[in-house]
Amino acid sequence: MTTFAPAVPGIRPRVSGLTAESVFVRRSLRHSLRDGESLLMAILLPVMLMLLFTFVFGGAIDPSGSYVDYVVPGIILLCAGFGAASTAVYVAGDMKAGIIDRFRTMPLRASAVLTGHVVASLLRNLLATGVVIGVALLVGFRPTADVWGWIAAIAMIAAYILTITYLFAAIGLAAGSPEAANGYGFIILFVPYLSSAFVPVDTMPTWLQWIAENQPVTPIIETIRGLLFGLPLGSQAWWALGWCLAILAFSVVWGAWLFRRKTT
Amino acid sequence: MQPAIAVTGLGKAFGRQSVLADLDFTVAAGEVFALLGPNGAGKTTTINILTTLTLPDRGTAMVAGIDVVRDPERVKQRISLTGQSVAVDDVLTGAENLIMLGRLSGLSSSASRGRAGELLDRFDLTDAADKRVGAYSGGMRRRLDLALSFVVTPEILFLDEPTTGLDTRSRRELWDTIRSLAQSGTTVFLTTQYLEEADQLADRIAVLDGGRVVAIGTAAELKARIGGDTVELHDPHGDLFAEVPTDGTVNGLRGALDVLDESGAEGVVTLRRPSLDDVFLALTSAGGGPAEPSPLKEIA
Repeated sequence: MTTFAPAVPGIRPRVSGLTAESVFVRRSLRHSLRDGESLLMAILLPVMLMLLFTFVFGGAIDPSGSYVDYVVPGIILLCAGFGAASTAVYVAGDMKAGIIDRFRTMPLRASAVLTGHVVASLLRNLLATGVVIGVALLVGFRPTADVWGWIAAIAMIAAYILTITYLFAAIGLAAGSPEAANGYGFIILFVPYLSSAFVPVDTMPTWLQWIAENQPVTPIIETIRGLLFGLPLGSQAWWALGWCLAILAFSVVWGAWLFRRKTT
Repeated sequence: MQPAIAVTGLGKAFGRQSVLADLDFTVAAGEVFALLGPNGAGKTTTINILTTLTLPDRGTAMVAGIDVVRDPERVKQRISLTGQSVAVDDVLTGAENLIMLGRLSGLSSSASRGRAGELLDRFDLTDAADKRVGAYSGGMRRRLDLALSFVVTPEILFLDEPTTGLDTRSRRELWDTIRSLAQSGTTVFLTTQYLEEADQLADRIAVLDGGRVVAIGTAAELKARIGGDTVELHDPHGDLFAEVPTDGTVNGLRGALDVLDESGAEGVVTLRRPSLDDVFLALTSAGGGPAEPSPLKEIA
């Protein structure tokens, strides 16, 4: 009890550069690591889905046995969606707890809390993606891409993860509670099913084809597929990047607006 | 000396609901100042404006001599807020919480760790330093919350209902801690709905009702405002039988006893000083309805 020196009140300096961001990234990573169940689910669920699609449905969808090559890009996006969805829950939880008010009464960018969640989610999801690709290779996934194809594919996946994470962060701000954030997340997680992720679009009824062809997930999946198997990309890559940028821009602006509104 | 807080003509409405109407008060540097009022009186809104979380509609609020609307960043450098909902990270340990706040307060890594150690010791949390905060008791969480506010000793500490939800023992311990912190030169601005808390901690009390300060002064001054003592006659079971107000003079007391004598009742006479409860009920609209019980009465 004697070492404490309350002494004279001091003035808290404004933290410089990206100190706040790096502190919050570390905080969010600790949260991810300690929320073992969510982390395990984020990795196990996509792996199980992949095994399910490959071994149970795969034979019926594509009897030649190469369905695993077709489905893995879709599973990766699905996996990114699951992983990013927890961002909405974390953000909603932070906004509900008093800790955000403490950060907001300190001389720092309180929005750095969101940056922390987004960067942690990106790292967490890249890890999960790595595990999914590893298991996929074990069960017969044989992409034909060279190193540059792989790098480009991973960059595309990272861009998608970043985009959907920002979207989920904004949803977390919009939702009144972590539970609600979880619910909204589920709706978005269905979007990949209505794309070319699991079956080619031309096997769907006409009205559904129109939706599947014109929704953001299809060009992103086709781009990843094309990069991994050396297929011609055509305009798909541009559509994929365009969608990512548009959704990212929307999420950032919406999120910033929500953050200001929620906190004044 | 420049006042720690100076509020003039402060007003705030949410939609059509007016929360603060023309609030005025001044808090001297080094003082422990309590804003006392029932739920919905505007206590939290006042704290939110003073801590830059909410913008006022009109009026000015100066904290440490700085306008909270014009220069919130400089205000933030000099204050700490321990809010109504405990502002700690449940997933992190106590030590990690303190180190994080140290880094966010501009301390280096090693300085943050050193400061965390001092604060854990000072707030009696050393044993729980490496436990996750989620496993802490209510009293421990409040202590950690306070410790977080002292990573850099603030010029002004804002406490929004600091002991709400604590048991009697934890409340008394927290009172001791707040008292000792106030001795370090930090001005303490606290809100409370507990009369005893204001009485115990505050040098001066402002009674807030309907978004207005209805009375301000030391606890003794507020008690004096609603008049003198009361002579009470209790029957042998201790139940109050009759009470007569008195001005405290010998003649007044004799007169009061005569009145009780005429009533012909047998019993025990006591002289009661007005409590802050009486003041509160006399001054606020809460007096019209059922009174907000003080926590000790709830327990008793």
